[in-house]
Amino acid sequence: MERHITLPLTEEMARSLHAGDTVYLTGEIYTSRDAGHKRMCESLARGEKLPFDPMNATIYYVGPTPAKPGQVIGSAGPTTSGRMDAYAPALMAVGARGMIGKGARLPEVVEAMKKYGGVYFGAIGGAGALLAKCIKHCELIAYEDLQSEALRRLYVEDMPLTVIIDSEGRNLYEEGRAEYLKNRKK
Amino acid sequence: MREIKASDITDVIERLCIEANQVLPEDVKKAIGKCRSCEDGEIACQILDNIIENYKIAEDEQVPICQDTGMACVFLEIGQDVHISGGDLTEAVNEGVRRGYEKGYLRKSVVKDPVRRGNTGDNTPAMIYTEIVPGKEIRITVGPKGFGSENMSAIRMFKPSAGLQGIKDFILETVEAAGPNPCPPMVVGVGIGGTFDKAALLAKKALMRPVDSENPDPFYADLEKEMLEKINELGIGPQGFGGRTTAIGLNIETMPTHIAGMPCAINISCHVTRHKTEVI
Repeated sequence: MERHITLPLTEEMARSLHAGDTVYLTGEIYTSRDAGHKRMCESLARGEKLPFDPMNATIYYVGPTPAKPGQVIGSAGPTTSGRMDAYAPALMAVGARGMIGKGARLPEVVEAMKKYGGVYFGAIGGAGALLAKCIKHCELIAYEDLQSEALRRLYVEDMPLTVIIDSEGRNLYEEGRAEYLKNRKK
Repeated sequence: MREIKASDITDVIERLCIEANQVLPEDVKKAIGKCRSCEDGEIACQILDNIIENYKIAEDEQVPICQDTGMACVFLEIGQDVHISGGDLTEAVNEGVRRGYEKGYLRKSVVKDPVRRGNTGDNTPAMIYTEIVPGKEIRITVGPKGFGSENMSAIRMFKPSAGLQGIKDFILETVEAAGPNPCPPMVVGVGIGGTFDKAALLAKKALMRPVDSENPDPFYADLEKEMLEKINELGIGPQGFGGRTTAIGLNIETMPTHIAGMPCAINISCHVTRHKTEVI
């Protein structure tokens, strides 16, 4: 199914999305990857607030290249999500709902998605020049010392994504592959 | 003896870092195109079209094809009749990387300590591989290597009794375990023989060879073809969403080894497999 979604991502919206859906996302999202996730989770463990309101937030696992003069952002495709598995459940526990990345997730992340109503979206890995086109605004909000790994607020318009894992735990990596193998021309 | 200035090496490295990150090599473009024409999965075709559109945008607008502009892997084949003057070779290479990554608006993705982390801020140090060869030229290849795929690589020290079947199973097992993580369609570099470390280097070198090239030994050329076909029967497909195109190429490099061993390393790369060469 093809869906156009305007953020923030409520639990109701998140639970209505299914693995394999094509989604065009519009609104504010936050960038964070390895070092930023570590720092956010350390803050949460100390009982501190995050640099942004996590409620219904969507986090894009990306470390963009520097913007050339005249660009909003440099190339900005997804990084491998599995490295954020250690941190994702803690962020979902405080309200974060959408994750954009690529690659497999651990069962504990999928369990947290079922519990809190989370969605794991896939963007095309290695298509950073193309994906940058849908990013209309970029603002650095925290952890500037982490350079490409700093936290940024992005405004995206019709960002093309595919639901990889939904809040019921269905997984496109398993279903898409099985479907292809079943139907492939012999 | 021919004299080559260290600063000339710096200039070449700077240029190669930028060009390699913006322009996909022709052999990789061709391989993606060929796979697109054979693809029979619906989502798979759409993803391959997007991948093609992406590298065209990067080339036209002179921006990086992928945001992971990699660690700069620099291969130097130095003719033994060359004298490098006016500076330190390692520093000349690192200065080229430093300048290229700054001027090319490339991402700085290197941390100064593997455990304690901390970005070096200029993408140095480069991973430098030097080889002394006959002649009076320096052949420089820059292959920026992303880590989404590097992380899915593997090495195994086989008993010789494992034989060819052991190698074949290991290749398929490694690709299967990599699954959607290394941004398939991938390129697979296989190194067989040597020592523990040499096998890994052979696998990396295999990724620098054009993806449409063949191992000169017909035995290994056939193995390359057979394993690429087998990988493309797994059904992982572009991005792991299902499809025929799981890999666009597989190269094997080998060398002699010990009577007691059969090391095999597999270096995984992605559809943005970059390598650019210049000879001074």
